[in-house]
Amino acid sequence: MRPIPFIAAALALALSAGAMAQEKTSADGIAEYRKMLQDGNPADLFEAKGEDLWKKARGPKNATLQKCDLGLGAGVVKGAWVQLPRHFADTNKVQDVESRLVTCMETLQGFNAEELIKTPFGSGEQNNITALATWIAAESRGQRFALPQNHAEEKRFYELGKRAFFFRGGPMDFSCASCHTEAGKRIRLQDLPELTKNPGDGVGFAAWPAYRVSNGQMWGMQLRLNDCYRQQRFPYPGFISDVTVALSVYMGVNAKGAQSIAPSIKR
Amino acid sequence: MQNKTLFLTSAAAVAAATLLVGCATTPPGPTAAELDAQAMAMMKASFREQGIAKLDRIQQDLGQSACSSDKPPTEAVAKQVEAEALASIKWPTGGQYIGDWRAGERLAQDGRGMAWNNPSTDPKNNGGQCYNCHAIDKKEISFGTIGPSLWNYGKLRGVKDVTDPVSAPIVQYTWGKLWNSKAYAACSNMPRMGHMKLLDEQQIRDLMALLLDPKSPVNQ
Repeated sequence: MRPIPFIAAALALALSAGAMAQEKTSADGIAEYRKMLQDGNPADLFEAKGEDLWKKARGPKNATLQKCDLGLGAGVVKGAWVQLPRHFADTNKVQDVESRLVTCMETLQGFNAEELIKTPFGSGEQNNITALATWIAAESRGQRFALPQNHAEEKRFYELGKRAFFFRGGPMDFSCASCHTEAGKRIRLQDLPELTKNPGDGVGFAAWPAYRVSNGQMWGMQLRLNDCYRQQRFPYPGFISDVTVALSVYMGVNAKGAQSIAPSIKR
Repeated sequence: MQNKTLFLTSAAAVAAATLLVGCATTPPGPTAAELDAQAMAMMKASFREQGIAKLDRIQQDLGQSACSSDKPPTEAVAKQVEAEALASIKWPTGGQYIGDWRAGERLAQDGRGMAWNNPSTDPKNNGGQCYNCHAIDKKEISFGTIGPSLWNYGKLRGVKDVTDPVSAPIVQYTWGKLWNSKAYAACSNMPRMGHMKLLDEQQIRDLMALLLDPKSPVNQ
């Protein structure tokens, strides 16, 4: 945890430099900051923890996750991330990485899925799921998103995700689309990715899980979406609920061809 | 209706053809209307209440449901949303439109309020969030770009004296826009500050002053 103050200061420096030279966007500031860090992304620590967790015998059944099928066959991790969420025959569900990890932790290790789902972000097994997701994403670093859309349920979830994306509600009438349907827009100095199409390599869906410098936390897509809904002033989306998985299918399919840089680093 | 019938007929034809060639492995997918219904059911099932954010926030009014797709509503629906919004505007008590631009600037800077981690839905706890989406005072360089720039808002519209009857149309329009933005654009991205009880009358007066008072830094 020691590197965090340094990192925060470095980012502040990069960002304030960006603010002073107004033509420089916050994205430029972050890109510069990423360069400064090079191999120093604290996400590396979560990545290493995730790899250990994958190989470690745990849970009531004292088993590893090495037989977990992430979509490319039991135990195949490389390349799996850029094809998630996808349909799984054994659960007959469309699942994202976090949903699939819950399935594997239940079936292989004997954890109680309901309890895992109820565990708040940032505590207990939820931290382990985040670390595992970080490592699984890292194993596909540099690969391009290619979510399958062959199964009827995958197509259906894309359509449901699209509808969720445009669903306006809450006291401020916001939807995901309020902020993410045009290129080059900002909230304050924060650049907003356009998520109705491929927003580019390492942008939007292709940038998470990410280490967040501002709060020193590692966030998977589930927490990213959860916080989007908090900012939209919606009620609380359930962990791995259908709306979160459907939105990921929508964004992931739209990002086809985008290179994954996850785990990345964010302000 | 006719389009839908045509679509269903052709879908049935395709299904029949598929059966004929003997490879009916997958049934036809759900129709657009079925997906709409499934999406609504999904929204209802996927959320739980948390703090001040109750499940009624998922219940859409017409202004929200009409603007929840990648296509705009029909002209008739848009007109209905705008007419209902215009009728809903509460005009300021005693005809007092203008408050204190200093308080307005503080509100414009403040992006808090109405999230599940906020303590109460009382407008006193809420900011106006204006800089999230708009450039306003040029001195503030941390501004969003989803909405248009409001720099020189009153000056550009020729407001030299907010009490002059000549200024009345723009003063009233601005109040209406802040109270219920849908009155002038059915699918406006801007929150309905007054209508949804995000801000109270006095807070809106202060934002009015920030935009329209010739003494406001916005109009220098």
